[in-house]
Amino acid sequence: MANADLKANRPLSPHLQIYKPIVTMVMSILHRITGAALYFGTILMAFWLVSAAAGPESYQFAMDVFGSFLGRLVLFGFTWALVHHMIGGLRHFIWDMGHGFDLPTANWMARATIVGSVSLTVILWIIGFIVA
Amino acid sequence: MSDMRTPLAKVRGLGSAKDGTTHFWRQRVTAVANVFLISFFVILVIALQGADYASFTEALQNPFISILLLLVILVGCLHMKLGMQVIIEDYIHSEGLKLLLLMGNIFFASIIALSSVVAVLKISFGG
Repeated sequence: MANADLKANRPLSPHLQIYKPIVTMVMSILHRITGAALYFGTILMAFWLVSAAAGPESYQFAMDVFGSFLGRLVLFGFTWALVHHMIGGLRHFIWDMGHGFDLPTANWMARATIVGSVSLTVILWIIGFIVA
Repeated sequence: MSDMRTPLAKVRGLGSAKDGTTHFWRQRVTAVANVFLISFFVILVIALQGADYASFTEALQNPFISILLLLVILVGCLHMKLGMQVIIEDYIHSEGLKLLLLMGNIFFASIIALSSVVAVLKISFGG
C-alpha cells in the first residue's frame, strides 16, 4: 500500500454531520470535549497553587481572579465539566464490566449522565454559597 | 484465511503497537482512583473558597490534605495525558504534526504536574 494514491477522489463514508444527534452520541462527544476542557483547565489549578506558593500578594491576586464574575463563570463550567466527565466515566466502568449495552439501558444512562451532571453541579454551587 | 501471527505473538498479546492493553489499563486505573481523588478535590476547593492566605497555607500544612492533593495532581495529570494522547491519535493524521503534538502533550502534562507538586510541597513544608 506504500504507493497507494491517497489523494484519489474516492467515495467517502457519511460523517458526523449526516446523522441526527442521538443522546448516546451527544454524551460520547461531550465526554471527549469535557475531557479536553479539563486538560486545559488544569492551568487554573497550577495557577492557583503556584500563586499561593509565591506568597500572599500573588495568592490574593489569584483569589481576585477566581472571585471575579468571569472567574466564577469559568469555575462553574469547570465544575460541570468535572462532574460530567466523572459520571460519564462511571458509565464506562459499567460498560467495561460487560453491562448496559442494550438500547433502553444505554439511552437511560446517557440521559442520567446529563441530568445528573447539571443537577450535581448546581447542588455543589448551592453548597458552596451556603458554606461561604 | 489462516492466522498469520506466530504462537509467541499470540501469547504475548501485545498487538501491532507492541503495547497490548497497557494504555487502556492505565486509563482505567487512574480513572478509578480519580473518582475518589477528584471528589476530595471538589470538597477541598469548596472548603477553601475565599480563604485568606494564612488559613490556606495552614490547610495545606496538614499532611493528609497535602498528600491527597499531590495524588490528585499526579493521578489527574497521568489520566489527562493518556486521554489527550488518544484525541491526538484520532484526529491528527499528518505524521510530523502528530509526533509534535504527542510530545507537546507529554511536556504540558509534565509541566502542570511538576509546578503544582512543587507549589504544594513548598507550602506544606512551611513556605
